[in-house]
Amino acid sequence: MRIALFVTCLADTMFPAAAKATVQLLERLGHEVVFPPGQTCCGQMHVNTGYQDQALPLVRRHVRTFAPYDVIVAPSGSCVGSVRHQHAMVARNAGDAGLAARAEDVGSKTYELSELLVDVLGIEDVGAYYPHRVTYHPTCHSLRMLRVGDKPLRLLRNVRGIDLVDLPDADQCCGFGGTFAIKNADTSTAMLADKMGHVLETGAEVCTAGDSSCLMHIGGGLSRLDSGVRTVHLAEILASTSSSSEES
Amino acid sequence: MTTFLGMPTTAPRGVGNLRGDEPFPAAAHKALQDGQLRRNLGHATTTIRRKSGAVIGELPDWQELREAGSTLKANTMARLPELLDQLEANVTAAGGVVHWAADANEANEIVTDLVKATGHDRVIKVKSMATQEIGLNEALEAAGIAAVETDLAELIVQLGNDKPSHILVPAIHRNRAEIREIFLREMPGVDPALTDEPAELAGAARRYLRETFLSTKVAVSGANFAIAETGTLAVLESEGNGRMCLTLPETLITVMGIEKLVPTWRDLEVFLQLLPRASTGERMNPYTSMWTGVTPGDGPQNFHLVLLDNGRTAVLADEVGRQALHCIRCSACLNVCPVYERTGGHAYGSVYPGPIGAILSPQLTGVEDNASLPYASSLCGACFDACPVKIDIPSILVHLRNEVPHPRAEKAAFGAVAYTMDHPALYTRAQHAAKLSRHAKKLPPPLNGWTASRDLPEPPAETFRDWWAKR
Amino acid sequence: MSSRELILGRIKAALGDTAVPEVTRDYRPAAGQEPDIELLIDRLVDYKAVVHRSDDVAGVVASLNPGRLVLPPGLDPSWVPSGATIVDDEYQAEAVLTASTVAIAETGTIVLDGSPDQGRRRISLLPDLHICVVRPDQIVASVPDAIARLDPRRPLTWISGPSATSDIELNRVEGVHGPRNLHVVLLGGSVE
Repeated sequence: MRIALFVTCLADTMFPAAAKATVQLLERLGHEVVFPPGQTCCGQMHVNTGYQDQALPLVRRHVRTFAPYDVIVAPSGSCVGSVRHQHAMVARNAGDAGLAARAEDVGSKTYELSELLVDVLGIEDVGAYYPHRVTYHPTCHSLRMLRVGDKPLRLLRNVRGIDLVDLPDADQCCGFGGTFAIKNADTSTAMLADKMGHVLETGAEVCTAGDSSCLMHIGGGLSRLDSGVRTVHLAEILASTSSSSEES
Repeated sequence: MTTFLGMPTTAPRGVGNLRGDEPFPAAAHKALQDGQLRRNLGHATTTIRRKSGAVIGELPDWQELREAGSTLKANTMARLPELLDQLEANVTAAGGVVHWAADANEANEIVTDLVKATGHDRVIKVKSMATQEIGLNEALEAAGIAAVETDLAELIVQLGNDKPSHILVPAIHRNRAEIREIFLREMPGVDPALTDEPAELAGAARRYLRETFLSTKVAVSGANFAIAETGTLAVLESEGNGRMCLTLPETLITVMGIEKLVPTWRDLEVFLQLLPRASTGERMNPYTSMWTGVTPGDGPQNFHLVLLDNGRTAVLADEVGRQALHCIRCSACLNVCPVYERTGGHAYGSVYPGPIGAILSPQLTGVEDNASLPYASSLCGACFDACPVKIDIPSILVHLRNEVPHPRAEKAAFGAVAYTMDHPALYTRAQHAAKLSRHAKKLPPPLNGWTASRDLPEPPAETFRDWWAKR
Repeated sequence: MSSRELILGRIKAALGDTAVPEVTRDYRPAAGQEPDIELLIDRLVDYKAVVHRSDDVAGVVASLNPGRLVLPPGLDPSWVPSGATIVDDEYQAEAVLTASTVAIAETGTIVLDGSPDQGRRRISLLPDLHICVVRPDQIVASVPDAIARLDPRRPLTWISGPSATSDIELNRVEGVHGPRNLHVVLLGGSVE
């Protein structure tokens, strides 16, 4: 299958390992990955902070860039959530019904990685090998906006060598929330403290999730604590094989 | 305030309890310092989430009931003028008197005048969000009328000179030991040997209020539901204080928001299943009272219904935000909210705290008066899932964020970022510039909110698109 | 302009040409199916009511030593134990004996509607012990079944267990202002 990668600006700029892993994993499974040029940012942060006018050109750009492709994947639940649930709204609010229709179309063929693997490609065992103690944080937008359910866990359970441990109160938000982490830094930090407490309780070496943004938040806190626990994107675990060198 | 007659209008300033003294982040900062508050809230919300989840799980048709509740409320809002007319006619025919209050000031005036006309100077009250919203107790007090709160949690708040912090359990921020101390300090005639056993605390409230119930001739209540088709009002409660107020006095005055209406008697079969399970986590609350006007020989022989606007029509005017009027005040969104669980209700500044408060208060007052509330959420979406009438709170938060006045510097920054992101060459250049921030441990304001508790990630040696270009 | 006209005008302006959406009712409707009496008992007991399955109401009442008893005017006289102390004033009563209108199995709820055998609302509120008699034909399965049977123009009191509160740490504690003891006599059963 020919799959267009929507890398997301955060993974592109700060967490390329997650994006590279997505490419390597899909290619290993026999698919062709293309990277549509001209893609930048979906505008989620603008929409969620109250700047829909400024987001409009980004929505336009995103829709124009991805409209030609049949299947689009992103290593981020929240960016897929924005594309699927917010782009058409931004277009409608701007009075552009044509753009709204095209945005709906792009949204309907854009998948978060675990959705693509399980729902579209029908795979739960990607043949990965990852000999570490891992706990999984289901990010809010994957869980409640996209309803990915236990798809990421089904994928992780099939990874060879993994010691997967349940995260207590897993469905509680880590406190990131985009600009929430800045505008309400104290509350965000209090939420993060509890999330980190639960991660540490599990004794895991690695905390994984399907969103680089939440991982950046949890990882930033764990690093400040000098906890030794690493944050690793789900794609990187699924891309790991016994022959691939371990990276994080 | 001058307003165009007949145009939807927000709640007036200077009266009632819809506006806080400081923005949410500042109030939250203080609340977060209180470890006892955090423990009390964590304990209480965990308990209620577990109970509610269990009884919701017993119903095979919970999702269908939510859908019915949601569509019923939307249907009601679209037919509000006709249904209010019908309610008024049916209440009047059953011996009640209906009053219309355009805002808090008018409602307070109506109630004060009605109480004065009875010649009494004390009223007993059933817990009511509407009367808290309009600051009725303060207005009555100013007119020399004592208002006695009879709900246990309201009593704890009133005796403790405190403010309510939760829609359903206004004293949720207090644990049993604190409640015992408030009772020992403030409750006349309390047994000094009182322990902090919840049953004993409840018993103390029973003894304290009994004489007041028996001797007070006027009661003020809110209403959970009003049925247009029959003129019937319903109050759901637990303790029996509601039954006392609704049946013992000679005069009953009910203050109700215009959105509390349901079209038909049958519609209660939906809400009486949704509300208790979502709210207290019970299959049914201990007591529900329903009355239609006046029943000769049974209960108050004078019944007044005050229909309150106070900003509700302004909410109704917003096609996206009007869903907030569907709220049945169950508090489920508070109980699942990670922000509420940590800051408590006082930080929201309004009688409506938590996620529903973050969308309702700014709409009732106009967003400029509660501009920080739409941001008091990480948009995690737990509230939407918990809402028994499926109010899409996260979408309304995003919508309101688009309406609030934005700080100029922030607006400029977002504009610059959007411009950059819409020009791939600039974007690529900015990506490379990001590497310069390597090893930055502290960012300038407002971004220092991040680095106060979180490290920044190390920028990678090459971006994804650089790597891709080299393949 | 009156406030009534003002508010109705504001509502109409706010609504504009909003379409009236259909109501979706895919939940379990009032079906009149056979209620599960064991479920009713389970629910009543779960909310701390005491259940007696007996046709000898007077015997049950006597066994509870009710003290000063207040009665609704139309109560079946055979339910009253001989020698009971009957008072007219609910303020002085220690116990009340009433019939009921509907009982809901799924929620453990009993509804009184002010009929002569249930009396005005305050008599079942002030005494500390409420003994309530339920006939088998009054039991329904669900809330929709109960709604279908009730007349909203009567004053209705829905009772689910004794008076309780969840106001202290969100735990249910029995016994605040209403009757602290609720005993339910289910007729048509032979076993106590």
